[in-house]
Amino acid sequence: MSGRGLQSARGRFGVAVAVALFFVAAAAPLIAPGRPSAIDLNAELQPPSARHPLGTGENGLDVLTHLVYGARVSLWVSVFVVALSGAVGVLLGGIAGYAGGIVDEALMRSVDVLLAFPGILLAIFITAVLGPSLRNVVFALALTGWTGYARLVRSQVLTLRERDYVRAAQALGAGHWRILARHLLPNAAGPLIVQATFGIPAAMLAEASLSFLGLGVPPGTPSWGALVDQGTQYLLLAPHVALFPGLAIALAVLGFNFLGDAVRDAMDPKAS
Amino acid sequence: MRRLAGTPLAIAGSLLLVSLFLDLVPGDPVELMLGEQAPSIDRQALRHSVGLDRPWYAQLWLFLEQLATGQLRSSLPPFQRKVLPQIWAALPNTLLLTFAAIVVAVLIAVPLGVAAASRKGSAVDHGAMAIAVAGVALPRFWLGPMLIILFAIKLDWLPVSGAESARHLVLPAITLGTALAAFLSRVTRASMLDVLREEYVTVSRAKGLSAWAVLWKHAFRNALLPIITVLGLELGALLGGAIVTEKVFAWPGMGTLLLSGIEKRDYNLVRAVVLVFTLCYVAINTLTDLVYAAVDPRVRHR
Repeated sequence: MSGRGLQSARGRFGVAVAVALFFVAAAAPLIAPGRPSAIDLNAELQPPSARHPLGTGENGLDVLTHLVYGARVSLWVSVFVVALSGAVGVLLGGIAGYAGGIVDEALMRSVDVLLAFPGILLAIFITAVLGPSLRNVVFALALTGWTGYARLVRSQVLTLRERDYVRAAQALGAGHWRILARHLLPNAAGPLIVQATFGIPAAMLAEASLSFLGLGVPPGTPSWGALVDQGTQYLLLAPHVALFPGLAIALAVLGFNFLGDAVRDAMDPKAS
Repeated sequence: MRRLAGTPLAIAGSLLLVSLFLDLVPGDPVELMLGEQAPSIDRQALRHSVGLDRPWYAQLWLFLEQLATGQLRSSLPPFQRKVLPQIWAALPNTLLLTFAAIVVAVLIAVPLGVAAASRKGSAVDHGAMAIAVAGVALPRFWLGPMLIILFAIKLDWLPVSGAESARHLVLPAITLGTALAAFLSRVTRASMLDVLREEYVTVSRAKGLSAWAVLWKHAFRNALLPIITVLGLELGALLGGAIVTEKVFAWPGMGTLLLSGIEKRDYNLVRAVVLVFTLCYVAINTLTDLVYAAVDPRVRHR
């Protein structure tokens, strides 16, 4: 393989997938051949054709249109989950690491309690109770997601706060928040960016899984997971309905995983 | 050990969290059960009989008391089936599926990882790792249906769904185990590469042992520890994945039970399933710690 980090073949693939996905999501109405809500009862569950390049599903919905709009849901949810859980995790992890003592103990024990659940189980429970909506999906995934960031930031802050430049800032009379915001967190940014990059595909898979279980997006919303769910009822009649959204998820997850690998390699000069 | 001491805390915390959450939820389960048109006297009666008129901590206590005495019933009036028998019927199926998935994962990952490590940089290595990379990205709810299309519909080798025989277990186990197999083969490869660099491997090669014996008897044994650790760490994720896999194959386990409870708004059932799932998860994590300490004396003395 040529080059490392973002220059490697996998890195380029990851960047290409990410850029393509953002583009498709942003320009969905221009790219999609139809509207996701369009119904054509005369063209139910048809195989790919010139009119419907990837075939049709229930009520004649156009699979390609749902794939294109599904990219929006997938990206929207995963970006918000990463942003929300990252922000909460950085704040609480930073406070825990910097304050130490009983604050640290209390925060980290809460993290342990949340990690005592399998993440997807808690997300299923929460979305089941709150009902299917994009906001609830983001909330459910962020509620478990922040713990990873909190642990990472805490361990970073614990090592960084003994550094000379932090000591120097303290000696010069800088306040706690200033030290945390100006000195500790910026220097912990590298591993955080890596974790956030891997957080995107994880959230995508989680959203798709929840939607597959009927607990993610509300009925009728174009989502890759929901489309696979619909397709599993027609495996014999119309296998394409489940096939294409699954490929889209696999491609997106693979691309963002490669991107994460590449970002990690690019940030760590020691990595081979 | 520290983690062992934290176990009851984690269980209590998760119970509190679930109960508090059910209490904070907007909307009224009684309304969902009876419909908006129900007369208020009926609502009151149902609310009282299910214990919903009590504060959340009293409800939690009632739930625990009924669970402990085996009297816990579904919170739905028409069929107030006892909860525990439903769980005892479903739990073995989920554990069987999870165990079968681990067997599948190990059977795929170990040969693949060892072969890749023993021929580092070769076509075998690249091929194995390409499979591993792809395997991690395949969602279970998609891999399952694709396996059904190929092996159940087109080739007609295996049943589509259900849990009547051992043959019914094959496709669900592969579906659940593939992602773990992919991840585990990368771990096996990395762990083997570390060990193969050691001097005792060079020595056993030098004294004329066959390549096969060096690889399996000397190197693999010493590469086992990280593999076991990762297996333990991933077990929880496997339990979560079982929920999705069970839906794909209509496998009558805890996931199917959970989803049916959610659909019927049977909060007693949902709460009990979540609790049992959490207990399993915590038990597995604790067990992994203990096994880890047993295999590696260095951990014990820390």
